[in-house]
Amino acid sequence: MSKLLDLQFLAGHAHYLLFIVLMMTGLFIVVDKTNLVKKIVGLNIFQVSVFMFYVSIGKVKGGTAPIFPMDDKYHVDTAAMAGKLYSNPLPHVLILTAIVVGIATTSLGLALIVRIRESFDTIDEEDILAIEQDMTREDNKKHGNAMGGLA
Amino acid sequence: MADTAQVVEHTARTLRDHLPVLQVLVPFVTAPLIVLLGSRRLAWPLAFIASAVALVISFIMLMEVREGGMLTYTMGGWAPPLGIEYRVDAANAFVLLLISLIGTVVLPFAYASFRDEIKSRDHTLMYACWMLCFTGLLGMVATGDAFNVFVFLEISSLSTYVLVAMGADRDRRALTAAYDYLIMGTIGATFFVIGLGMLYMATGTLNMADMADRIADQGMNRTVRSGFAFIMVGMGLKVAMFPLHLWLPKAYTFAPSAVTVFLSATATKAALYVMMRFTFSVYDPDFAFATNTFEIIFIPLAVIAMFSASFVAVFQTNFKRMLAYSSIAQVGYMLLGVALLTDTGVSAAILHMFNHGLTKALLFMGVGAYVLRANGSFYTQIAGLGRKMPITTGAVVIGGLSLIGVPGTAGFISKWILVEAALERAPEHAMFLAIAVAIVLSSLLAVVYVWRAFEVLYLSEPDPNSTATEAPLMMLVPMWILAGGCIWFGFSTELLHDTAVQAANGLLQGSQGMLVIPDQGGAH
Repeated sequence: MSKLLDLQFLAGHAHYLLFIVLMMTGLFIVVDKTNLVKKIVGLNIFQVSVFMFYVSIGKVKGGTAPIFPMDDKYHVDTAAMAGKLYSNPLPHVLILTAIVVGIATTSLGLALIVRIRESFDTIDEEDILAIEQDMTREDNKKHGNAMGGLA
Repeated sequence: MADTAQVVEHTARTLRDHLPVLQVLVPFVTAPLIVLLGSRRLAWPLAFIASAVALVISFIMLMEVREGGMLTYTMGGWAPPLGIEYRVDAANAFVLLLISLIGTVVLPFAYASFRDEIKSRDHTLMYACWMLCFTGLLGMVATGDAFNVFVFLEISSLSTYVLVAMGADRDRRALTAAYDYLIMGTIGATFFVIGLGMLYMATGTLNMADMADRIADQGMNRTVRSGFAFIMVGMGLKVAMFPLHLWLPKAYTFAPSAVTVFLSATATKAALYVMMRFTFSVYDPDFAFATNTFEIIFIPLAVIAMFSASFVAVFQTNFKRMLAYSSIAQVGYMLLGVALLTDTGVSAAILHMFNHGLTKALLFMGVGAYVLRANGSFYTQIAGLGRKMPITTGAVVIGGLSLIGVPGTAGFISKWILVEAALERAPEHAMFLAIAVAIVLSSLLAVVYVWRAFEVLYLSEPDPNSTATEAPLMMLVPMWILAGGCIWFGFSTELLHDTAVQAANGLLQGSQGMLVIPDQGGAH
């Protein structure tokens, strides 16, 4: 890696680059957008990038799908298995769990947005922030003089 | 691990062998049971029984492992590292005891508090969510499988978001608090998963002990190091480490009182435990990058947290919000103990975790009682309540003293050991002497904010229209149990301190500590 730009190295790690680009896109949307639904979308992109990262590390070069060959009696055909290379199925299984968690997070987030829309009448973060600042100011007007008005 | 290849023999198992999994399973089964029965009358008793059983189990386990050694359980008889392993040593057992103790003691309080704050049609589901949160916290502490930690972390987080959002009946800002927490918590948990993915890439295993073994074999490389960074940031969000704490004040302020009590005493502690487990057991703390991370990044952040959060707490007008900021400062003390990377420092952190859990739960219960009787926790609303609610306020005073660290209370012991730990390293570098001074100085800030609350409670004139009366027995009993604990553990230090030292030893032995072949009499 003495060269400034090692193309072969980059090509060999293309899936990591893709993962990083997706991850940063997702995080940027979460931070940048003020619309609460768009934030959830960004969070999803962020999570999906991690799923892809996991799935990609399960790949074994030259490996086939990790399914046992069966003979006609539905027993594992050990003869056909010999010498075959399989991809690692474990990361896929882990990611199934993470996908379920992601769905739960998304649905809970959307449910919260529905409730926020009902009580604040907006789903824009800046509007909500303004409303909350008003509420805080009212609280302070009512309860601020706890310490001779110092607080 | 040496015993991975061994044939799993099916020997008769006793109930004792199943304790590590029952710890998690009992509340886990109770949650759907509450939903399926759907009865408002049965929900609370079921939740309480499950918590009490969990408490008994965690107590038995602590007694078994507090002299050293560990309990292991292999899920479904699949031998680790392929199968999921539950592994309980002194450090886990101590945190499990804290979580189940708080869960059990707070539930009677929650019954009285929910009745006042939450619409009654939501009660059944609230208790189910509470049980799920309880399960998640116990699970992430009990498990010895790295991915299992993530699953339980998300179980507890998702139910926490729901519980926080239920505060919307009183104040609609609870919804946005829960939403913010959801966004930040999910980013934190996903960072944690990225870290795990990198560890899995480097080691090809998910069992923590096996991982430690393989990292020790291959030494450091960039994958393992970036995994460490991702795990620390992810867990840092959950712990509310100083610059990552933004979700905490809002979530604690607007959540229902009983939920705040439960979360403040358990959620950040469980996450801190996971952080310690990964730092010390999975990674070797002697690796230069881990030492540097702690000394160059964690110690300054912890000291900043101790001062800035305490300083902000001084100027709050809401008792509950003040306590939330104080929690961030206290997390700073715990992180400082961990970052000192010595036996004494880590045992101080573990001890402070326990003592602060008791203290903060007690104080937030006081807040809950004031919310019930005075309909709010602003200083103007609780003014003079020391005279109207003497028994509640008496407990709050004990909690406040323990928060400051006055001798004779639990808070004193852990802060004392923390100062001792800093002084122990003072000969190495003058910085540690400054840290010891900083601990004492920031405690003085605690005196200021706690005194403000006392002054409001006792020396202010009560609102003439206030109809506040003493809190109900359902609230007073849990409060005084914890207040008694704060004083008891301030005088009788052997049990807690010895266990904390044992836990710290186990953790600090690093990967060596995890390589001990489990007791064959256990569940194998």
